[in-house]
Formats: sequence, C-alpha cells, structure tokens
Amino acid sequence: MQGLEKKIKDRAIELLESGKVDGIIGWEKGQFIYDPTPAVFTKETGLDNFCYNNFCGANLSKYLVGKITSDKKYAVLLKPCDTYSMNQLITEHRVNRDNIYIIGVGCEGHLDVEKIKRNGISGITGVSVDGENVNVGTIYGESTIAKSDVLLGKCEVCRGNAHKISDELIGEELQTPEASDRFEMVNKLEAMTAEERFAFWKGELSRCIRCNACRNACPACTCRVCVFDNGRSGIDSKANASEFEEQMFHIIRAFHVSARCTDCGECSRVCPENIPLHLLNRKYVKDINEFYGEYQAGEEADQRNPLVNFGDKDIDPTVISDKEGN
Amino acid sequence: MQEVKEFKPNIVAFCCNWCSYAGADLAGSSRLSYPADVKIIRVPCSGRVNPMFILKAFEKGADGVIICGCHPGDCHYNTGNFYARRRMTLLYSMLDYMGIEKGRTRVEWVSAAEGAKFSNVMNKFCGDIKELGECVKLGDIRCKD
Repeated sequence: MQGLEKKIKDRAIELLESGKVDGIIGWEKGQFIYDPTPAVFTKETGLDNFCYNNFCGANLSKYLVGKITSDKKYAVLLKPCDTYSMNQLITEHRVNRDNIYIIGVGCEGHLDVEKIKRNGISGITGVSVDGENVNVGTIYGESTIAKSDVLLGKCEVCRGNAHKISDELIGEELQTPEASDRFEMVNKLEAMTAEERFAFWKGELSRCIRCNACRNACPACTCRVCVFDNGRSGIDSKANASEFEEQMFHIIRAFHVSARCTDCGECSRVCPENIPLHLLNRKYVKDINEFYGEYQAGEEADQRNPLVNFGDKDIDPTVISDKEGN
Repeated sequence: MQEVKEFKPNIVAFCCNWCSYAGADLAGSSRLSYPADVKIIRVPCSGRVNPMFILKAFEKGADGVIICGCHPGDCHYNTGNFYARRRMTLLYSMLDYMGIEKGRTRVEWVSAAEGAKFSNVMNKFCGDIKELGECVKLGDIRCKD
C-alpha cells in the first residue's frame, strides 16, 4: 500500500505540474493513521499531506457535485466501488464529465477502525495487510487480526476490482476481498415476524441523532434543496419542521435514492451511531431485482433506472398488501 | 356508566381525477354507500402521489391510506399509473419490511364507471383498518420509549 501511495502521489504531482488538472481530490492525513479525510490538493497546497492507506474508505465521487459550475478541471481518485457512484452522477448530470479526470486506484479492502478497536486494540500507529491477516502496529507492540473481522461493511460485500469508469488506472492489480452474500441480513429480517422487524428498526432508528451525515455523504443524495431542509428555522438542514420528520426521515431518504443507490455503503460507514442504514437501501435493491429484473445502478453511465421506467406486466402493489404470513 | 366508543378510523383516499374520483361520484349518485370515514383527496393522476404524501397522511392521523387510480393501460396521461404502480410497490414493501402493518396501505384500480367497485373497495378497506385499529407504529418508530 505504501508503494501505491507513492505512485499515486508522484502521478498527482505530475498532473498538477503539467497543468492538466487544477486540483486533485484525494485523502489527507489526519491526526492519526486511521482518520484520513477527503481533501482537495492544488499546486498551492502541494501533496505533502496526501495519503492512501487502508483507512481511506471515503467515496470521493460526491465531492465533484459542488464543482459542477467550476470551469477548473479536477482529478479524482476512485476505488473500484466508487466508480459506480461516478457513473450514476454522470447519468444524472450532477457532474461535468469534461472537467473530470478519473484516476482509478487499486483497493485491497478498507478497514473499519471501530471494529479493530472493538477487538481490544488501541493506540494504532500502522497497519499492513498480509493476505488473510492484518498486522496492526500499536504503541504497545504488534498484533495480528483476521482481515475479514475488521473490514468495512461495504468491503464485506465487495463487487470486485474492476473500475467501471476511469481515464487511467494505478495499482489496479490489487486483489479485493472475497465477497459474501449482500442480501444475507435483508433475508434474515424478512424471515422475522412483523413485530420482530419493528422492534429491530425501532431499536436501530431510535439511536439516530439526525446529524444528516448519511444524507450528506450519500453520492445519490444531491438535491440542492432537500425536503428535510427547513429554511425558516434559520439553521438550515438542522432543525425539524415537525416531530414527524424525525420518524420518516429514513424511509424517505432510502426511497429517494432507491434505484439510484449503488449500494456503496457510505450511509452506514459515516453513521456515528452505527445504524445499519444500508439495510434499508439494500431492501430496495433486492425488491427491484426481484420485481423488475436485475439492475445495478452505476454499472454504466446513461442507464435508465427502473423507477423512471415501467412494464405493462409489473406486479401489483396489492401483492404486498395482501401478502400472507408475517 | 362509561360509554364504549366505537373506533372510527381515519382513512385517506388519494383518488385520480379522471377515474376513481368520478367513480366515487357515481357511487354517490347510484346511492351506494361507503363509510364516511374515508376522506378523499383529488389528485390529477395516481402518478402524482409522492411517497411523502402517504407518510404525511399518517402523520396527520390517518390510520389507513388508499390510492385509487385508473386501471393500468387506461391512464389519462398514458403512463402515470405505471410509474405509480412501481413506486407504491416499493414503498409498501419497505413499510412491511420495517414492521408496519401491511394492510394499512393499498392501491386499487377503479375506473369512472365502477361506482359499485369503489363502494366495495372502501367498505372492505375500512373494515380492514377497523380490525387493525389505530395506527401507532409509524409514529413510534423513533424515540418513543
């Protein structure tokens, strides 16, 4: 990974020096190794603080949405799964493809620092992935842990190392982790009774503090004005117009991105309360696949999504209303 | 002696201007009865119904929401109800997934000539909601313990 970081950095400097791009959207070193944050690098800022390590899980596609009116050209670093979101943004005309230079970077699965900490490891100073294991260097010495135990939720259901869109690739030879069935948990929930499901979601959603991180990080949530923004409150997007918003927020959020959601898992990754929000989105993905045929948002640009399309033999909503059993 | 009050459900029906709204009219002029608990909201097409409308209706105290549109293929705007059909299927499936009683939401296709069907649908839906009782789950899904 260190080698790859160096390679990306060198290439980024080259691109900036040659004037081919005006800025690079990448990850900036945080205070610790495990908290890199997305950042824009320009000639002025230099790339001294650039980093690419196993904690760079953030999907950078969304950071281009704000640049649509800019006439500057930006290079963006995208992991294979992030390219789905990029395709989706291009489809929806939320980014200007002509002003974007996409650098596909290799990925060997990203790690969830919370999971590492939950395994009793603290004071992390470095990590290196060694096949199935992760060696974690800490201020107390080295420990080894199984990689599958500490992967980010979205990496557990990895869709492989193929970039769906890119102008150039760096380190694409890295092997992405083996994927497990992404609908496993959705199936489990569906098999529960309605009361159990309600208790499950009540337990999860009651922890929500409405910080709106899921909305702000989601590459599909790109409306300039959101229905949940309350302009009259004076504190935009933070105050609720009514108590009801608190309750309905997650249903509407998930519905609004249904059929456009690439299942990138950003919502759950950024949630400070660890609410499995991706399970809502994934339910829509599963339903769409079942009812209207297999569909993967962002597989390629300019696809027509199933909710802006129809068939004359579609199933009727009464199938749901009259469903037998739980 | 305390009077035992019968549960009077609040039912919101989103009716398409071109079919079921006229269907309701026909039911009235044909002297077919349907429960007075049904509050009809006229929409230009079932495709106009935003999932937010349904949830808002529940917020304002609805116990059941039914959407009535033209039969698939007969939409005044050709395709509006096809889109509505997909949207509502997904939304209802999500509500069921979250543990909300699936009988509280419904879609029925009622044409302007089907006054009898309109009254039957409303009588049956109202009966179902009476059985389910007051809708508390949707308002309780967060922060109410």
